[in-house]
Amino acid sequence: MSNKILELQQIKREFVMGTEVVRALKGVSFDVYAGEFVTIMGSSGSGKTTLLNLLGCLDKPTAGEYLLDGVNVSHLSRNELARLRNRKIGFVFQAYNLLPRTSALENVELPLFYNPSLSVSERKEKAIKALEAVKLADRLDHTPSQLSGGQQQRVAIARALVNQPVMILADEATGNLDTRTSYEIMSLMQDLNKDGKTIVFVTHEPDIAAFSSRTVMLRDGKVVKDTVNENVRSAKEALDALPPADDY
Amino acid sequence: MSALNLIRIAFKALQRNKLRAFLTMLGIIIGVAAVIAMVAIGEGSKESIQSQLSAMGSNMITVLPSSNVSGGVRVEGASFQTLTIVDVKAIQKNAEHVSAVSPVSSTKGQAIYGALNWPTSLQGVAPSYFDIRKLEIADGVSFTDADVATAAKVCVLGKTVIDNLFPSGESPVGKVIRLNSIPLQVIGTLVPKGQSSFGQDQDDIILTPYTTVQKRILATIYFQSIYASAVSEGTSALATDEIIDILRETHRLRPTDENNFQVRTMEELIKTLSSTSSLLTILLTAIAGISLVIGGIGIMNIMYVSVTERTREIGLRMSIGARGVDILLQFLVEAIIISVTGGVIGVILGITTAEVITLTLGWPTIVSESSIVLSFMVCALTGVFFGYYPAQAASRLDPIEALRYE
Repeated sequence: MSNKILELQQIKREFVMGTEVVRALKGVSFDVYAGEFVTIMGSSGSGKTTLLNLLGCLDKPTAGEYLLDGVNVSHLSRNELARLRNRKIGFVFQAYNLLPRTSALENVELPLFYNPSLSVSERKEKAIKALEAVKLADRLDHTPSQLSGGQQQRVAIARALVNQPVMILADEATGNLDTRTSYEIMSLMQDLNKDGKTIVFVTHEPDIAAFSSRTVMLRDGKVVKDTVNENVRSAKEALDALPPADDY
Repeated sequence: MSALNLIRIAFKALQRNKLRAFLTMLGIIIGVAAVIAMVAIGEGSKESIQSQLSAMGSNMITVLPSSNVSGGVRVEGASFQTLTIVDVKAIQKNAEHVSAVSPVSSTKGQAIYGALNWPTSLQGVAPSYFDIRKLEIADGVSFTDADVATAAKVCVLGKTVIDNLFPSGESPVGKVIRLNSIPLQVIGTLVPKGQSSFGQDQDDIILTPYTTVQKRILATIYFQSIYASAVSEGTSALATDEIIDILRETHRLRPTDENNFQVRTMEELIKTLSSTSSLLTILLTAIAGISLVIGGIGIMNIMYVSVTERTREIGLRMSIGARGVDILLQFLVEAIIISVTGGVIGVILGITTAEVITLTLGWPTIVSESSIVLSFMVCALTGVFFGYYPAQAASRLDPIEALRYE
């Protein structure tokens, strides 16, 4: 396999809640290689959100080593983490988290504002390219309220792509969408993955996991299963198999 | 993050809430406009008082004759005859802080021209009197030292006298009027000065060389008063002391003798009037300043609301790579944009208000540069000061918490 994008070694994360110590992660180890499409599954309380925060460099482990694209995150400062998030990670959230009353284009440009090396025209060009990649080139000036849920999520994906991160980190990215739109999003994810993007997708829906090439199962802060998906389901085919949308 | 990016981000954030940004700004706009307009009114009234005073000759010093005791009886000063040309010459020669000096020898009389007559006062003065009293020639010329030397029968008329003797509007210059049967040729007219602050008509006057009054009318060597002007308002106290010393010497007074003259300045009057208007300015500025502070608190309030409301946005920005300092600066710049934009609009509104007040109410206003600079700086500082705490609160948010904030 090619180079490691993520490397987790005995990651532990503990929270102190009053007098009690809550151990959310109890030694998680796995690697993710470039070009993989990994889903992280687990029921609520399994530590999946904590792991996601760690993977997204929003949080640091209490113990263990976490290397993102060769950089050891465990010892970085808050500002260095911010820079890492900006350059290496593209977040996709369940609730889209687009800025209201702001055009799709400006929403996608947002991460580039925190990258001082880019000029105004470069920024715009990149943002347009990212929106083209999610097939929203005709919606540049639409604000989130003028877009459907699926389109909003695609804007969010474009925003995640715009900085050309080493990894796209999706947090229940289909959680707010209906089946059809979910499949559309997954189809887009698969396309991106085919183009070489590494994707880590946190979900609790098994049928979403079926679209990925590998599934890491968490339970009670530990990896209980790490399986490579032999026959990846094509989201496009699944989409075609769906009964046609009801027309009223 | 570059400054330009920062401003752009903050500007876009404000654009999303135009009405709220404007309402927040309104506090600053009103505050700044109030400061500028109030200071303009204060400065305007101060300036108008001062210009009235200096029109009267604010650095003017008056010397009046007096004798404290005459055979045990205290007598009215003006009836005393102690001031002569020797005193005038001595002051002219020796006083360093005196720029001009003129004797005054005045009398009342009936001015006659043709069939018309008018009771007025005739003042015999030196040419320097025009400088001391800030009198200007409207038409014709003033008399000269040569006229003084020859006790020339020439005169300069004030507006009131002209109105009464020459009602048809013809120019009096070159005409001959009579005063107490002495013919005087009119060689010039005075620019009207209007009423003095004390309600005196300053234009009801005929000016002529003092020698003419002394020799041809009164037949005396004494003066009713001596007018002098200090080099500047600030030196009028020094000039006063000098004049006292000189006159004591020319009058040959012993150290134990009291002055047989009195010296008066406008200083007290000026002090009272300008301290009143300074007080007015301070009062108005303080009131306006309070409104500026209230505007600042408005900014702080809105920024806090904004931070709470935009917690998710902050979380998102952090998750896509904004550092704490980026968030801090964004909110700080937003606050500063509000306050500075408000300041600019406020300055414009304040200047306009001052203009409108002058146009409609006729109050004199002076928009001072310092009030613009000061209020502008205060409101920029207000933005920083009142925007800092909300901005800091925003920058300290935990991105994980902020992203989940409902």
